[in-house]
Amino acid sequence: MVMLIGIPRETVSGEKRVATVPEIVEKLVKLGFKVAIESGAGEAANFSDDAYRAVGAEIIAGAPQLWAASDIVFKVAVPTSAEVNLMREGGILIGFVWPAQNPELMQQLAAKKATVLAIDCLPRQLSRAQKMDALTSQASVAGYRAVIEAANVFGRYFNGQITAAGKVPPAKVFIAGAGVAGLAAIGTAAGLGAIVRANDTRAEVADQVKSLGGEFVKVNYEEEGSGGGGYAKVMSEGFQQAQREMYAQQARESDIIITTALIPGKPAPRLITAEMVQSMKPGSVIVDMAAERGGNCELTEPGKAVVKHGVTIVGYSDLNSRLARQSSTLYATNLFRLTEELCKTKDGIINVNMEDDAIRGLTVIKGGEVTWPAPALKMPAPAAKPAVAAKAPAAAHGHGSGAPMSARSLALVFGLGGLLFLLIGAYAPAAFLGHFTVFVLACFVGYMVVWNVTPALHTPLMSVTNAISSIIVIGALVQISPSSLFAFDRPDGWIRGLAVVAIALTAVNMFGGFAVTRRMLSMFRK
Amino acid sequence: MSSSLVSVAYIGAIILFILSLGGLSNPESSRRGNLYGMIGMLLAVLATVFGPRVTLDGLPWIIGALLVGGSVGLYAARKVQMTQMPELVALMHSMVGLAACLVGFANYIDPMAALHLSGAEKAIHEIEVYLGILIGAVTFSGSLIAFGKLSGKIGGKPLLLPGRHWLNLLGLLVVIVSGYLFLHAETIDAGMITLTVMTVIALLFGIHMVMAIGGADMPVVVSMLNSYSGWAAAATGFMLNNDLLIVTGALVGSSGAILSYIMCRAMNRNFISVIAGGFGTGGGSPAKSGDAQPAGEVTPISAAETAELLGSAKSVIIVPGYGMAVAQAQHAVNELTQLLREKGVSVRFGIHPVAGRMPGHMNVLLAEAKVPYDIVMEMDEINGDFPDTDVAIVIGANDIVNPAAQEEPGSPIAGMPVLEVWKARTSIVMKRSMASGYAGVENPLFYKENNRMLFGDAKKVIEDVIKSLQH
Repeated sequence: MVMLIGIPRETVSGEKRVATVPEIVEKLVKLGFKVAIESGAGEAANFSDDAYRAVGAEIIAGAPQLWAASDIVFKVAVPTSAEVNLMREGGILIGFVWPAQNPELMQQLAAKKATVLAIDCLPRQLSRAQKMDALTSQASVAGYRAVIEAANVFGRYFNGQITAAGKVPPAKVFIAGAGVAGLAAIGTAAGLGAIVRANDTRAEVADQVKSLGGEFVKVNYEEEGSGGGGYAKVMSEGFQQAQREMYAQQARESDIIITTALIPGKPAPRLITAEMVQSMKPGSVIVDMAAERGGNCELTEPGKAVVKHGVTIVGYSDLNSRLARQSSTLYATNLFRLTEELCKTKDGIINVNMEDDAIRGLTVIKGGEVTWPAPALKMPAPAAKPAVAAKAPAAAHGHGSGAPMSARSLALVFGLGGLLFLLIGAYAPAAFLGHFTVFVLACFVGYMVVWNVTPALHTPLMSVTNAISSIIVIGALVQISPSSLFAFDRPDGWIRGLAVVAIALTAVNMFGGFAVTRRMLSMFRK
Repeated sequence: MSSSLVSVAYIGAIILFILSLGGLSNPESSRRGNLYGMIGMLLAVLATVFGPRVTLDGLPWIIGALLVGGSVGLYAARKVQMTQMPELVALMHSMVGLAACLVGFANYIDPMAALHLSGAEKAIHEIEVYLGILIGAVTFSGSLIAFGKLSGKIGGKPLLLPGRHWLNLLGLLVVIVSGYLFLHAETIDAGMITLTVMTVIALLFGIHMVMAIGGADMPVVVSMLNSYSGWAAAATGFMLNNDLLIVTGALVGSSGAILSYIMCRAMNRNFISVIAGGFGTGGGSPAKSGDAQPAGEVTPISAAETAELLGSAKSVIIVPGYGMAVAQAQHAVNELTQLLREKGVSVRFGIHPVAGRMPGHMNVLLAEAKVPYDIVMEMDEINGDFPDTDVAIVIGANDIVNPAAQEEPGSPIAGMPVLEVWKARTSIVMKRSMASGYAGVENPLFYKENNRMLFGDAKKVIEDVIKSLQH
């Protein structure tokens, strides 16, 4: 039985997003599903009913009818209790749930014998899960929008300019927290031309900050703040003291501060105090992206933009809805990727496979039974360790890696070489030594010259050395008809025969080798 | 021409040969380098022919032999396809080897060669003859087998005789014993017998050695034989008391040795173990690679989707392997490259040192297809850029992009430097089937989340991609 995916209109006030977009509906239909959209669901994000209809979705007027018809419901905002009441017994719900914050909702859903996949519970550390990571996609949009909101109320250019009317200094933007939203904000602000600085308790993000054009500001205190799952953890008192000093300084210097600091399951950390706001230049802007969770700034008023001490403090908690079309498209793609994982057979029927780590993590209620929280994932050991282990035996080869030879093998080589030279010196006649000198020197010249050959030309190198090695022809040439007149029992015929064959063979090499090298080299061009 | 003039001409030739190799340090100067080589060779040959050691009676023979050999060589050089370069080079090595053998024999039966020598000098001369023929014979038969393997006339699978190391050791023993007998031979005829026995053993050894080496180790073998042909020339030089031969032989010999070393390092293999033959017989056992069966599934992709992906990419790295040569896909690859570059996509190539069948094989193929050489990068130059790359395309390569080399210490190819294509945002592997590479190692790359498989003949598939890109 092919399942029907229903998309209700979001009921929370100010929520403009929609859980799927026409482009994705098409793909869902390809997976075998039927899709129904509540009339007007996409309107706030500029997707008309007609657009949905055109790609094969059914339009159903009225939430109760839609919820009743749907086997699976895709939602954006956490469902209200009124919505859950509309839900069909044993239905499937996919969307944001935040089970830790919404225990009553969980109970209500469980009572409905529902199966609930909370997109916020995705095990983000699985690289396989990245394509379904709605938290990331939404945070990224919000980070972008935060900069746009800041630019909107900021009274100056972002980029520095030298105009006929005078010089404009670039805006200085400070971003607290370089998570997904922070990084998106860094990229956006740097793209507008501002000088961007950023800080994060996790030192490992410094490179990411730099790669987006920001400058990483360190807190003058040693402590590692990575808390697992890609989030930060609460830091020690000493660290916080040092951090406060750093923030105070940044507040004095910056024109715009965007704060994104969140710690899972805890209120947002207070980073910007009232005094810091006071110390900022008039006309400066603070965008507090943590407003909903209490705010990173002491003076933030959630959901509003207020002016205090001459500083505009933006505390909007609906940044995603302010870019509804983009947010919806990305969110819809995340849900589509999840649906793909749930429906590997592509027959329009969902299979909630609890063996799969990603799906296990997402599933917070299965058939009325609460399965949240999922057991901690057994992550494979970081790849760095085996790599090191693999390198150790390689080094044992001695010559294998670029490292210099160990003292022992070096001594061995020199010892053997010395012994060999001693033997030669003791027994070989003078004439031989002359040639031997030439030979050894030539080996060294060859060594030096050949290391300089670019690897791209190794094939021509082989063919040219091949051609050159036909110099052996000289050996045959001098044998063919020696000038000596007192040739006694010399088997001339034999020698000449051998020599002529040798000359012919080397000639193949000589002419062929140089010609083919020439042909190859003429092909190398810029 | 006096003998002093000849010596001076030889010195000139030596300098020209060194400049010739030096010229190969970059493509700009390489053409001139080749010219130096030709002039040097001409100088050396002319000086010898008109020097005191060759009379005019020999001239017709010399001219005749040069004409015959030269025309064969020129014909081959013109006709050979770039994908067949390794075969040609191997065949040419065998000729140097055979020539060294012949010169050695001729020298031995020439009573004048050792006329004035006695005692230690005579012994040394005879050792030189012996060694010259030995190396020449090994080079000859080994190169012929390499030629056969490279051209597909002989199967690429290593032939491992039971007790092969003992066989080799026995051969070595016989060679040493007959060398001792050779030095103490009363007459030339007696010496010839021992010399012939040794030659036969050397020929067999050459065959056996190369037969035991698998397809993936061919680059090492080809460069090793290159080295041998140089040492054969150097030994001949000692035999004839000719410094030009010694120097040239040493240049060629060390060049081949360095190439072998570079190839071995690129495979993280010990030179001895390559020569001893048989991949995977020493290190990880097959059972071990069995446990590390990569999990996950292979995601195929169509040519049209590939085109879409490439069209929206900013940077693309193409990693070619032997499969590109087999499918003769280099021209299609170049067409794709140009098309993408016109669209403003940055396209570069990442070349692993052992990609293909001989050092630098891929570079030559790409050059033939007119891919500009400044976008063709070495492994070390490009490996750091994969994380910033949108699409990495692997064409007919396998082991050189195998992440197991870094991630699985138990893998037979562990520690081998590889191109890190899996770090690109998306990697696309073009391959005919799911068969494993020469090393017989499963490739976890195919199962990675961001990898797509594009099955089919490389040339045809790339042409399909081009078609989809064009409209």
